[in-house]
Amino acid sequence: MKIAVCVKHVPTGRLVVQTESLRLDRSGPGELNDVDKNAIEEALRLKEDAGFEVVVISMGPEPATESLRTALALGADRAVLVSDPAASGSDLVATSKVLAKALEREGADLVLFGQQTSDGGGALLWAAVADRLRIPFVSQAAELTVAAGMVRVVRETENGYDVIEAQLPCLVAVSDAINEPRYTSLKGMMGAKKKPLEVLTLADLGLDAGEVGDAGSGTEVLGLGAPPTRANSVTVEDDGKAAQAIYDFLVAKQLA
Amino acid sequence: MSVLVFLEHHDGELTKGSLGVLAHAVALGDGDVSAVAVGRGPLTVLAAAAGKFGAAKVYIAADDSFEAPLPQPRVDVLHEVVRTGGYDTVLFSNSVLAADVAAGLAARLDAGLNWDLVDLVLDNGTLVGKRPALQDSVLVDVGWRSSHRLALFRSGSFDAVATGGEARVEDLSVQVQEHSRGARIVSQRLQLNEGPSIEDAEVIVAGGIGLGAAENFALAEDLAAVLGGAVGATRAVVYKGWYPHSAQVGQTGKTVTPKLYIALGISGAVQHKVGMQNSKVIVAINKDPNAPIFEFSDLAVVGDVHTILPELIELLRARKSSS
Repeated sequence: MKIAVCVKHVPTGRLVVQTESLRLDRSGPGELNDVDKNAIEEALRLKEDAGFEVVVISMGPEPATESLRTALALGADRAVLVSDPAASGSDLVATSKVLAKALEREGADLVLFGQQTSDGGGALLWAAVADRLRIPFVSQAAELTVAAGMVRVVRETENGYDVIEAQLPCLVAVSDAINEPRYTSLKGMMGAKKKPLEVLTLADLGLDAGEVGDAGSGTEVLGLGAPPTRANSVTVEDDGKAAQAIYDFLVAKQLA
Repeated sequence: MSVLVFLEHHDGELTKGSLGVLAHAVALGDGDVSAVAVGRGPLTVLAAAAGKFGAAKVYIAADDSFEAPLPQPRVDVLHEVVRTGGYDTVLFSNSVLAADVAAGLAARLDAGLNWDLVDLVLDNGTLVGKRPALQDSVLVDVGWRSSHRLALFRSGSFDAVATGGEARVEDLSVQVQEHSRGARIVSQRLQLNEGPSIEDAEVIVAGGIGLGAAENFALAEDLAAVLGGAVGATRAVVYKGWYPHSAQVGQTGKTVTPKLYIALGISGAVQHKVGMQNSKVIVAINKDPNAPIFEFSDLAVVGDVHTILPELIELLRARKSSS
């Protein structure tokens, strides 16, 4: 059985928007998106229990290979990067098209995503990918088990927990509550260098440049507006008078 | 513009979020607004409620198989309504369920989906969404190029204003796709509210790991009591068993928009932030001057909750008894 984990290479530290393109500045250092480590950990756990193959898949410019090497160092078997200048600027629907093609090529039994990206990617991509692949999906997974051609997921919701079963092949988006990701080891990092890392273009996946990237996106950024309110916030360092300061604030705002 | 609003409902009531989006769509004033509700029948009471908030027409897809709150059958229903009803704009209020439905529908229609929006305006006939970005330090204007336009709004972006009215009802019978039947809910562990509900509270006092111990939630409860509010909690403390899940605020908990949100010993991780960032006024107390929560607080207090709270509670009690 094969597990594919979709991961993202995100900018490290504070995010900056380029003033001209209004896109996120991705020229600085990057790293593996945090919650994706939970998805990788879950895949590795299943691999260790049952001997599944784990392949990590990403889309992005060449530096994204760093994050894929991290995933390999953690214990994934193979990595695939879809990297093509024409894919730059892809929004949700365009990105889902690329990932769905890459996943079709792999034919994985189980596809894992990490919920949330730290660069504002939105907690949504998996649902679009699953619709394109026409497979069941479950999000917000806090527990995952695989047995007898089914997954069993405990999903967190606003109102408690749902226990959901789905037939394989299927897609599961995991939350960071599902496990504690392991750290990379020196041995793992050395081993990662020898593991296969394949770089694909859009043409390799049978996609035209016009279908994805900026041209294939259904949304656009029109401009930067004024910052939202709450800009004029007040900071108080407690020197013994903080309680009075909060009290005065609440009274002034007619909240007490 | 031909607008369809996805109506989410729990226990026979439409969510405040979806009613807010519906009311806003009606207030844009560019033609009739329709809405769609999916679930176990009968849902006629929901159609009547949606009518009061301005829906001209409500599609009802009622079937026992729709009872489970799973997204994929809802994508099939919405796709059918958009296709046959000729809608070009579909609006959602964010939730665990609605986000999954919106993204699935975006792929199905090859449509642009703008999410995390806090407003939607018509600028000379062009639809423009407003999205806070980069820890809410900027507001980005976003638009659509696709023939179908999908938008997902932060919960609590709009007040639900009833304008009165009656919706026409159209019952749907939709055959869902095979892959949409691939997942099923085998059991649900609903965690019912113990104490005042945080969803309707005008004041919420929420506690995080910084409170130090379960028994310190008594301080949060005392502060909430004197302010006439309810107590909320972060996921981390719910996991530790310090407070019930029904009080959890955040992405996997409830989304709240009170007039006043007081965060006690809460760092302000994204997980929590998305559930409370639309509160009107946010006061945060945290020992760590670099806690992210201070970036979106109106009053940021760097200090120890254990020394500040007893005094604050006394001050507020004194004011209450003198008034």
